[in-house]
Amino acid sequence: MIKTVEQLNALREKMQQEMALRRGCADGCTEMGGRMQILVCGVAGCQSSGSMGVYNELKRCIIENKLEDEIRLISTGCMGLCALGPLMVVYPGRVMYTKVQPEDVAEIFQSHVLEGKPVERLFAEDNDGSKIADALGHHSFYTKQLKIALKNCGTIDPYSIDEYIGVDGYQALAKVLKEMDPEDVIDTMKDSNLRGRGGAGFPTGMKWAFAASQPKKQKYVCCNADEGDPGAFMDRSVLEGDPHSVIEAMAIAGYAIGSNQGYVYVRAEYPVAVKTLTAAIEKAREYGLLGENILGTGFSFDLEVRLGAGAFVCGEETALMTSIEGHRGEPKPRPPFPAVKGLFDEPTILNNVETYATIPRIILNGADWFNSIGTEKSKGTKVFAVGGKIARTGLVEVPMGTTLREIVYDMCGGIPGGKDFKAAQTGGPSGGCIPAEALDTPIDYDNLIALGSMMGSGGLIVMDEDTCMVDLARFFLDFTVDESCGKCSPCRIGTKRMYEILTRITEGKGEMYDIEKLEILARNIKNSALCGLGQTAPNPILSALRYFKDEYIAHVVDKKCPAGVCKSIMKYKIDPDLCRRCSICKKHCPVEAITGDKKNGFVINQDVCIKCGQCQAKCPFNAILHRDRKGV
Amino acid sequence: MANVCNGCADALAMEKALDEVIARYKGTKGPLIPVLHEAQAIYGYLPFEVQLKIAEGLDLPLADVYGVVSFYTGFTTKPKGKYRVSVCMGTACYVKGAEAILDKFTTSLGINVGDCTEDGKFSLDACRCVGACGLAPVVMINDDVYGNMTPDKVEDVLKKYEDVQEGI
Ligand SMILES: Cc1cc2nc3c(=O)[nH]c(=O)nc-3n(C[C@H](O)[C@H](O)[C@H](O)COP(=O)(O)O)c2cc1C
Repeated sequence: MIKTVEQLNALREKMQQEMALRRGCADGCTEMGGRMQILVCGVAGCQSSGSMGVYNELKRCIIENKLEDEIRLISTGCMGLCALGPLMVVYPGRVMYTKVQPEDVAEIFQSHVLEGKPVERLFAEDNDGSKIADALGHHSFYTKQLKIALKNCGTIDPYSIDEYIGVDGYQALAKVLKEMDPEDVIDTMKDSNLRGRGGAGFPTGMKWAFAASQPKKQKYVCCNADEGDPGAFMDRSVLEGDPHSVIEAMAIAGYAIGSNQGYVYVRAEYPVAVKTLTAAIEKAREYGLLGENILGTGFSFDLEVRLGAGAFVCGEETALMTSIEGHRGEPKPRPPFPAVKGLFDEPTILNNVETYATIPRIILNGADWFNSIGTEKSKGTKVFAVGGKIARTGLVEVPMGTTLREIVYDMCGGIPGGKDFKAAQTGGPSGGCIPAEALDTPIDYDNLIALGSMMGSGGLIVMDEDTCMVDLARFFLDFTVDESCGKCSPCRIGTKRMYEILTRITEGKGEMYDIEKLEILARNIKNSALCGLGQTAPNPILSALRYFKDEYIAHVVDKKCPAGVCKSIMKYKIDPDLCRRCSICKKHCPVEAITGDKKNGFVINQDVCIKCGQCQAKCPFNAILHRDRKGV
Repeated sequence: MANVCNGCADALAMEKALDEVIARYKGTKGPLIPVLHEAQAIYGYLPFEVQLKIAEGLDLPLADVYGVVSFYTGFTTKPKGKYRVSVCMGTACYVKGAEAILDKFTTSLGINVGDCTEDGKFSLDACRCVGACGLAPVVMINDDVYGNMTPDKVEDVLKKYEDVQEGI
């Protein structure tokens, strides 16, 4: 139990010594942390590629060699470079090993741990092919990153509140409770110009000020961990890697607006995040950092976790609160805004996980520091979950104003297979695409809106020449049709109609007026839907029409899918110049659509072909094409 | 995790467990959704009788309970297979070919999306982003995650579960 700031500081000092190895021992290493610390990424990405096996094997080696006192083994949150997982880092030296399999552990243990010779074979490879030992310090995936929200992700044990305290955890809470009035906290938040990381980018300080000014006794602090944008996993990573930062920030918010109760709404698809967060809340309670009379200041605050149940619309703020109340998660018209009348009809603030994770840093380092990072109107950093057709998928946190080119090419290694970058989708089903022309635009809230996309929560899906933009728009509309709650008709009916038109186009049955109709419908839905879900649902269509209208026209007029994705209008063809007449395709065709013989060559009968792609997969000479190559 | 009912002894135990859940949440704020989650963990799904019991237990109209159950895709009124196959349809998985993988599962298992094989062994769903985008395309079978999937790997993955002897 920590009852005073002095006790908190004493624990911090003790932990700083234990964790000194990880800070590079600048202020002198002690014996306390052992002679070596090994961190293994223990969350989703790395776990499914086998990090548990690596951890267990390391543990076995340590026990077998009776080195429990000398070597610390720690399972951490996400280290970011998911594509190269399982990842592990050995201190001192911060040597990172990538794609570690349980079979590799014996070699690492013998060579690095026992003999002091790192295993170069498993270092991360950089863009120029060089192998980098201290990847966290020198690999181009990491050098342009600036970690604020993810500061502790992958460097501490998420199940240890002591380690969090060792990296200045709960110091920001102590500072606001002891040294600041609620008004000072709100002023700091306002001065920091922090904007919400959940999508809309609303100024956090302003939201808090509204709620603080309400003369009500009961108020609530909520955290949006619904992360429904498919392709985004930064909130999950924060909860799994550094849950206490969110807990601490929510307590700070409680103090600022005058609330003693918070709720974290987590999607049920994230069982590990739920488990980690629940354990962290229990620990914080046990330590007295949640509950009654925190740090002897008279301030009380507690938290409860609520699970979603698979409804995207519940990420919308009013729907989220309705869901916590136990109802169908349908949104409500605003005003009244939640800051006035929210959860259980009381004044409520809702912020995103990443927004909260940024707050303790702002309190400790000050608003000026935060303002020194980013662009004129977007301060600080943003975490992006980079995925899709990209060499290094993973999590990156970069200062606002970083360009897409820096993220895609410098940090994430570009597009695999020598393919061309076509576009990147931000904001998921509510956002739009950024075409190659805009690769050098600094990314911030306003520039993305100007490009017809939006920041969204930070999913960044890279697409190459093999992605069909009409099909992608149809994919997102399929999502919104499915997720529309049905309360307002523009969204319920309108998204369905747009989906039908898109389906027609991808099947080669579209007409030119369909494109026009799509545009009119899209604008009407944008203007008339009740909540953000419907208002933003047309965005993927509008932005694809803005940058890739020629693809729509190719589907409608030429009845062709230039990317070769839309099955109904796509045709497999045998290129007679490449074909060596081996007859393998004919053997593998399940419907006998391929006719001919070794003498005269082979052709595909389009009326019979079911477009299963078997022939293409089996052809040893890449002679079977399914798209109209330029010039072919 | 949740299982299908194996017999009457289980049925009694499940009913008792549900009673306890209802008693624990009764009188708290917004109890319905947490109770439904726990009930589904006990029964594996939410049949009519369970919804009725919850409605009575929490003093809520049955229509409210049913309204909530039918609203959220996370709640199901159909029993699921012993092994629940979920093919992730998040954007990252989609652009990397999740649809072909889903197709392969439907043909391999001989069932449609949302259904369960006759022996109750496998059910198949297309699910929302599971947040393992670094490994796209991703398939989950119960709590096991299979990353970097291809249609060719589907049979091998299913075999792992077919070989498991019943009763273990
Ligand atoms: C359909 C819809 C889904 C949303 N999903 C999320 C989500 O998953 N996570 C999130 O933080 N915000 C989401 N939002 C935005 C929230 O309504 C809200 O703006 C945000 O949580 C506020 O926190 P912030 O100011 O810290 O960004 C969604 C909005 C809409 C309209």
